[in-house]
Amino acid sequence: MTEIPEHLLKRAQAAREKAAGGDAGGAQAGGDRIPDQLLDRTKAASDGAAAVVASAPAGGGVPVGAGPGGHTQRLLTVVKSGSIQEAKAAPVDKVHTWPHLLAVEFVAALACTAFLFVFSWVVNAPLLQAADFNKTPNPSKAPWYFLGLQELLTMFHPMIAGVTLPGMGLIALILAPYLDRNASNKPEDRKFMTSMMTMFLMFWAVLTIIGSFFRGPGFNFTFPWRDGIFFEL
Amino acid sequence: MAKVLDNPRPTAKERLAKIGEQMQGSQAWNSIFRPGSIFRKGYTDSPRNRSYVIMNSVLYHLHPVKVKRHAVKVSYTLCLGGLSFFLFILLTVTGIFLMFFYRPTGANAWQDIQTLQTSVTFGLLVRNMHRWGAHLMVLSVFLHMARVFYHGAYKPPREFNWVIGVILLTLTLLLSFTGYLLPWDQLALWAVTVGTNMMGYSPLVGNQVRFVLLGGVEIGSETLLRWYVLHVIMFPFIIIIFMAIHFWRVRKDGGISGPL
Repeated sequence: MTEIPEHLLKRAQAAREKAAGGDAGGAQAGGDRIPDQLLDRTKAASDGAAAVVASAPAGGGVPVGAGPGGHTQRLLTVVKSGSIQEAKAAPVDKVHTWPHLLAVEFVAALACTAFLFVFSWVVNAPLLQAADFNKTPNPSKAPWYFLGLQELLTMFHPMIAGVTLPGMGLIALILAPYLDRNASNKPEDRKFMTSMMTMFLMFWAVLTIIGSFFRGPGFNFTFPWRDGIFFEL
Repeated sequence: MAKVLDNPRPTAKERLAKIGEQMQGSQAWNSIFRPGSIFRKGYTDSPRNRSYVIMNSVLYHLHPVKVKRHAVKVSYTLCLGGLSFFLFILLTVTGIFLMFFYRPTGANAWQDIQTLQTSVTFGLLVRNMHRWGAHLMVLSVFLHMARVFYHGAYKPPREFNWVIGVILLTLTLLLSFTGYLLPWDQLALWAVTVGTNMMGYSPLVGNQVRFVLLGGVEIGSETLLRWYVLHVIMFPFIIIIFMAIHFWRVRKDGGISGPL
């Protein structure tokens, strides 16, 4: 049995004495409010408890006095398991944003800045001749992220290559979360979607690489190791 | 002698400490830093102070006080989303620098870049950083999208944030593309010519949109001004709004996805 701190015992006893003292007066003043049998029960219980409390410091552990039927405790109510103890959300293993996340972000930002700084120090951005409407460079290429599109234009009608295919790609990308009804995020459950995406990305990457490095004058097919690279960033 | 010992002159260190104390007790200081800020009460490492670093600073707009343990693993996120945002900030800073030396007219644009590279202190370096940073941002946004897809992070409840992400990718491409024209050299002119010719193939409104964007049927000085405004004000403005929604939704949808 856990030991009850002395000040709590004192406080409990004081409260009970007050209740017991007020009982006599209360029964006269407001006797019609509380049914007699309840008052009796309370009194019996408080007598028993007072006996326990009184004996506790002296007896040093096992209560001497007991209530009716030898009980020292009363059952107030039964709290069904799951009604309040069971939290709805499972506890999540969390760490403090500072320092765990902020330190990582700071180092990443620093590394990125350092890389960009050194790279910009070593490699200059291209600045060709001033724009001239009368001199069309051969080949003329779009920025690298559109070269897949430009490559597509050599294969299909502009209506298909320039509008339908990229438009469908963009719409498929936007609708991906609404089309993919599989709720799992485990890679082994998502083989279809991951392979679709990989094919999509590979298709695009290959087109971009061909457009960037394998297209020379007239946007004709070349090999970069044979004719050089026709590519500016 | 005894008098001297009773009233020793304060050392420089003591005086500095006293000034620091006065400063931190002043109304101005306390108006700048919120109650509970580590700049008010100092920082000693404790769980409570770790929470205060976020909770009582502007960082609370971006980060919650605690995040899932796996979310801070670099191997999960590869920092790609954060780096995209950081590159955007870097590009804003370098871009503002470039704006001081650049006039978006056919007569001046190329010459301004040339002068920037040859006569402005750090002009070449900053332009290089802006250019390479822009390519890097396109790359990192793209890789971020691939990362999110392969982790299945677009699944409920994050569907809409994925849609915003696709919009952000498109806006990143538009930002890069509009910036591509601004040096007004042969590369810029003809790359944009090829790019906008593709746009003309769009049905119904393709040519009208192209006309509005170019400020005519062909690229010219008007195009330069339009794309400059799009590049330095309009697209950054729009992308910031979408970024704010994107970051807010990351938190509202229960933080970063996973673990797998």
